[in-house]
Amino acid sequence: MPPTVKVVRRPEGRQTSYLRATLKGMALTFKHMVNPKKVTLEYPEERPELSPRWRGTHRMEVHADGRPKCVACGLCPTVCPANCIRLVGGEDDQGNRYPIVYEIDEFRCIFCGMCQEVCPVEAIHVGVHFENAEYTRERFVYDLDRLMEQDHPTALLWDPSDPESE
Amino acid sequence: MKDLSTTAFVIAATIKVLVVFGGVMGVVALLTLLERRIAGFIQDRLGPNRVGPWGILQPVADGLKNFMKEENAPATAAQPYFLLGPIISLAPALVTFAVIPFAAPLPTPWGVVDMIVADVPIGILYILALSSLGVYGVVMGGWASNNKYSFLGGLRASAQMVSYEVALGLAVVIVLMLAGNVTITEMVWQQQQLNFWFIFPLSLAFILFVISAFAETNRLPFDMPEAESELVGGFHTEYSGMKYAMYPMGEYSHMVTSSALMATLFFGGWDIPFWTGDDAFFYQGAWIRGFAQDGTPLAANLAWWKTLLTFGAFAVKTGFFILVYIWVRWTVPRFRYDQIMQLGWKVMLPSALAYLMVVAVTVLALDQMNVPYGFTFGLVLTVVSAICTGIFLWGLDRGRTLSGASATARERLRARSQKAGLDASTAPAEN
Repeated sequence: MPPTVKVVRRPEGRQTSYLRATLKGMALTFKHMVNPKKVTLEYPEERPELSPRWRGTHRMEVHADGRPKCVACGLCPTVCPANCIRLVGGEDDQGNRYPIVYEIDEFRCIFCGMCQEVCPVEAIHVGVHFENAEYTRERFVYDLDRLMEQDHPTALLWDPSDPESE
Repeated sequence: MKDLSTTAFVIAATIKVLVVFGGVMGVVALLTLLERRIAGFIQDRLGPNRVGPWGILQPVADGLKNFMKEENAPATAAQPYFLLGPIISLAPALVTFAVIPFAAPLPTPWGVVDMIVADVPIGILYILALSSLGVYGVVMGGWASNNKYSFLGGLRASAQMVSYEVALGLAVVIVLMLAGNVTITEMVWQQQQLNFWFIFPLSLAFILFVISAFAETNRLPFDMPEAESELVGGFHTEYSGMKYAMYPMGEYSHMVTSSALMATLFFGGWDIPFWTGDDAFFYQGAWIRGFAQDGTPLAANLAWWKTLLTFGAFAVKTGFFILVYIWVRWTVPRFRYDQIMQLGWKVMLPSALAYLMVVAVTVLALDQMNVPYGFTFGLVLTVVSAICTGIFLWGLDRGRTLSGASATARERLRARSQKAGLDASTAPAEN
């Protein structure tokens, strides 16, 4: 017998009392009926507390002048295991690289957060956010403008209150 | 027609029919909400609370949804019966409420109006006859769907109904023996006169009645016809839209009626305990509240506020049993089919028969000893019934009725392994 199998010895038929068990169960359900331990969240009014490490939809950080922080180094599309980032880089006349096209398909994304970890300039982030409903599939491909518009908090790579989590 | 003129009677009857019908339908609508709310509380959830305050408009939303939905029927269904099923299931459940008195008579300027839709002299027989018609709707719907699961559900419903109708009938017969009558208004009166609600002198009959009533209404733990975990949706698998909605409506109105019946037969109906001021009965052309020492009837004191109060008492009692229905449903898991049959034929029927004999003998003996129908009479029966109830519960508690099906097989296995010189504990794994 493999060690993981737990043998539950059922009470023998003649020693079980359906009646008492029923009354016990009725007492238990009554206790919950008059004094329910509220475990549900009334969602639109009450909101869940998300962990600071929650990895939700992406967000692109921007410079003070409104340019994306991304330098189009190509690390995030390389590291992305779901292959959901499309990046076409360009270079301006001062030799600064910038993204011409930067798209993330949030349907393909598996929210592993590796793009955030690998980014050398802390431009792309996963966010502490979960309300992403849309009416069409196309809307789930976030382009650069959309990514820069997002204003939800960005995920931390580790929880500062829990040093061991690093 | 009691002492009303014909015109007043017709008007009063019309109003009563409309009020009772509307009331029952309203309660049924609210019950669909209440059941889900209470289920939520029991399971530490909230239940539907979005539509209106406390979710009170949820039944309206459900009704609208069901009206809007497409009425779908299988191409191979037997259409007339498919249509007839829900109707037959709903109508008798609504009609049975007509013979249940729900308050003390109301004095009006045109005469005294009794608070019952139809005071038929054969009240109990009428209820027994009509309430069991509801199962035809279930069987018909199950058969007409032309679906093996629906068919099984319908079959189970009929088998269950046959098994438990007997015990239900016997439990009622026990009540009839003490009341000496089948008129429901008179039963309420008897309970007022006995100074005992029938729950005390006939406690075991009440237990048998409640168990059978659960089986009759197809509520958990007896919901074999539906049994969603075994039969998809049971008899109403193929139903949709309003046709489907009529089945739950039938079930809930059946529930209301049988709760009202429990309150009436065993808990004094609209009687308010420890207060004789509300007693009223139509006796030889006059409303009386009791008899003087020399047997002359005393006129009843009727008042509109007494009607209201007694209606409140009736509503509280009925509401309590409805609550018990819901409470039990969300506590007890479904029986296995063979357990239902065992409980019905091997426990309920013999117990009801034996108890019937005991009550008959006791009542006869008390009559022979010229004990008047009153407090002592009730007390003796209470003691006898308490003993019977004790024996019944003790018997159930021994686990003889609902042992696991594998128990006997396991014993056989153990005997075989002992014969083979093995220790019982080394027998093959039991799970």
